[in-house]
Amino acid sequence: MKKLFALILALALVLSLTAGALADAKARSLDEIKESGKLVIGVFSDKKPFGYVDEYGEYQGYDVYFARRLAQDLGVELELVSVDAPNRVEYLTSAKVDIILANFTVTPERAEVVDFALPYMKVALGVVSPDAALITSIEDLRGKKLIVSKGTTAETWFTANEPEVELLKFDTYTETFNALLDGRGDALSTDNTEVLAWAIENPGFTVGIESLGSLDTIAPAVQKGNDTVLAYINEEIEALAAEQFFHADYEATLKDVYGDAVDPDNLVVEGGAIE
Amino acid sequence: MRDLAVLFKGNNPARLLGGLGVTLKLSLISVVLSIALGLVVGVLMTLKNPVVRAVTRLWLETVRIVPQLVLLFLVYFGMAKAFNLQMSGETAAVIVFTFWGAGEMGDLVRGAITSIPVHQRESGAALGLTQGQVWAHVLLPQAARRLVPQAINLTTRMIKTTSLVMLIGVVEVLKVGSQIIDAARYDAPQGAVWVYGAVFLLYFFACWPISLLAKHLEKQWACQEG
Repeated sequence: MKKLFALILALALVLSLTAGALADAKARSLDEIKESGKLVIGVFSDKKPFGYVDEYGEYQGYDVYFARRLAQDLGVELELVSVDAPNRVEYLTSAKVDIILANFTVTPERAEVVDFALPYMKVALGVVSPDAALITSIEDLRGKKLIVSKGTTAETWFTANEPEVELLKFDTYTETFNALLDGRGDALSTDNTEVLAWAIENPGFTVGIESLGSLDTIAPAVQKGNDTVLAYINEEIEALAAEQFFHADYEATLKDVYGDAVDPDNLVVEGGAIE
Repeated sequence: MRDLAVLFKGNNPARLLGGLGVTLKLSLISVVLSIALGLVVGVLMTLKNPVVRAVTRLWLETVRIVPQLVLLFLVYFGMAKAFNLQMSGETAAVIVFTFWGAGEMGDLVRGAITSIPVHQRESGAALGLTQGQVWAHVLLPQAARRLVPQAINLTTRMIKTTSLVMLIGVVEVLKVGSQIIDAARYDAPQGAVWVYGAVFLLYFFACWPISLLAKHLEKQWACQEG
């Protein structure tokens, strides 16, 4: 009797949830954003140099620089929300933010659940490992432990293409790099921009594989079907090419990190055009 | 040692304390609500009514089996998607932690009440006390004393578990720590040890007074019962 009751209750719960699922959380249109006077953008808060918080509690980075411009040109205030790699899509589908500008790599799987605007950056995967046991090819990696962040392109690519590589997964970027420093894995893989910058500042570690997988682009994302906001971002990206905005962004936020080792044209995309 | 300086750079000390403030605010609101609700739920759990039993049982098993992170995602993202019910991360956190705390607290209360010998209740009734008076003057005061150690345990566990709220966009003490480590990861790669050390101390000094209070209460009540 008791069990039957629990079963009925559980069923009722499931039914009410599925019935409710018909009412979707719809993202705000451009007019609604203008009316509210506030643009809400999700950025990383612990992924230097793309999105991070400096010692004065201010958001900084390549993505944040662009976010400020988007709000400024729209004539509204900017509200930044701290997101993490595994929940970026959720923030859009549940309409918690208007735009995600969190170093979001464009993939076909993701394009099914969110709408990407024109790219503003391009990357491939890179693999960093300690000098003492440097990994320079994919063959070296097989049977070894590779550290990745959950929800990143690196995780997807290795799972799909290199099943022999043992993956050690962490939730946040801070944890993944700490794990490599602690020697909990043989190497770490994420976007090459990220590992190149990190290796420069961490003597004893080198990027043995600089470009792996296909060349990916990084783009702003909006909720699927939010055409007005998508169109606004695309117009902005195209118009900003005239002033070489993303090169200025690179100068302001990335140059300190990469130094002269990296040519900005290898990372920056102007006007959404990939040659 | 050199990287210790990262803790005192800019506004970092104030930011860490502010993060601790968020942690304490969320956990204290949830703990107070949990204790209040838990007392009611616990009394309900001792009832023989099959409907009440099934509901409270389902509640308890849910909070025991489902990880808190899943509950947080369900309330924060799930409610928005399913019912277009938008709430702040902090509201979602208080709802989840109260749901969890009240369920667990209810079971602790139930345990404390049923552990009181039946003759206490019967003696009260024999003295002519009403049902309500038996609860208020005989059962609950005794149950409360047996409850304190476990309730404190639950409270400190809730304070620590609030670190999960960073995954629904709430910036609490551990997230501030992780932001400081990341912002300084090129200048102070060993900063993590110091920042996590500071976070450890902050958690310690937040939870320690609660343990002291519990010890004090237990001692005082032991004397009274003496």
